[in-house]
Amino acid sequence: MDVVAAILIAIVGGLAGGLVGVGGGVLFVPALTVFLGLSQVEGESTSLLIIVIVAVVGTLRQNAYGNVNLRDAAVIGVLSPLGVLVGVAVANQVSQRVLELSFAALVLFVAFSLVRRVLSAPR
Amino acid sequence: MDSAPPPTANHMLKLAAIGTVAGAFSGLFGVGGGTVIVPLLIFWFGYGERLATGTSLGAIILIGLLGVIAQGGIYGNVHLLTGVLLSIPAVAGVIAGTAIQQRIPQRAVSLLFAALLVAVAIELIVK
Repeated sequence: MDVVAAILIAIVGGLAGGLVGVGGGVLFVPALTVFLGLSQVEGESTSLLIIVIVAVVGTLRQNAYGNVNLRDAAVIGVLSPLGVLVGVAVANQVSQRVLELSFAALVLFVAFSLVRRVLSAPR
Repeated sequence: MDSAPPPTANHMLKLAAIGTVAGAFSGLFGVGGGTVIVPLLIFWFGYGERLATGTSLGAIILIGLLGVIAQGGIYGNVHLLTGVLLSIPAVAGVIAGTAIQQRIPQRAVSLLFAALLVAVAIELIVK
C-alpha cells in the first residue's frame, strides 16, 4: 500500500513539474520519507536525484515545444550555488521561524500578484 | 528556443539575482528553485507562462545536479535505486504535465501556480 501511495505521489509531483515548472520536491520528499522509510536527509537528497531526472525529461519536452530559453536557464542554474551560500549565511543570523513566516508572506504576495495580473490583462 | 539577441548587462544582472535568490530559498526552505524562478521570469522579463516554466525546469537540472553531487558524492545520502525507481512514475507525470500544459491557456498555468504557492505558504505557516 505504501509503495502504491509513493508511486501515486511521484506521478503527481511529475505532473506539477510539467504543468508549473517546479521540481516537485515538495511531494517527492514525503513520498520517500513517510511511505518508503527514508530519513529526512536521505529523503531530501534522494528527492534531488528524482528532481534532476524529471527536470531533464521535462526540459527536453518543453524544448521540443519551443518553451525553453537555454541561455537564461544556464545562467540561473550556474549562479544558484552563490545563493545557497547566501541562504546559509542568512539562516545563521535569523531564526528559522521568522524566515518561514517571511517566506510564506512573500509567497502569498506573489500568488496574489499572479492572480491580479491574469485578471487585469485578459489575453 | 535560443534565438534571443545578446543579453544586456541589466538582463544578466536580473538573471544572476534570480539564480542567487532561487539558490538561497532552496537552501533555506528545501523548496525547489522553481517557486522563485517562474514568477520572477514572468514579472521581470515578461516571459509567457510556458516559456517561464520550461526555462525554470532547465535551471532546476543544474541546481538539483549540484545538490545531488554534494549529497550523494560527498555525504552518501542518496538512495540511488529508490530514486531511479521512483523517477519512473515521476517522469510519466512530467511528460503528461508538459503535454497538458500545451493545451490549456497560459493564464490557467498562472492560476495553478498561484494555487501551488498558497499551498506552500500554508505548509510553511503550519509546520
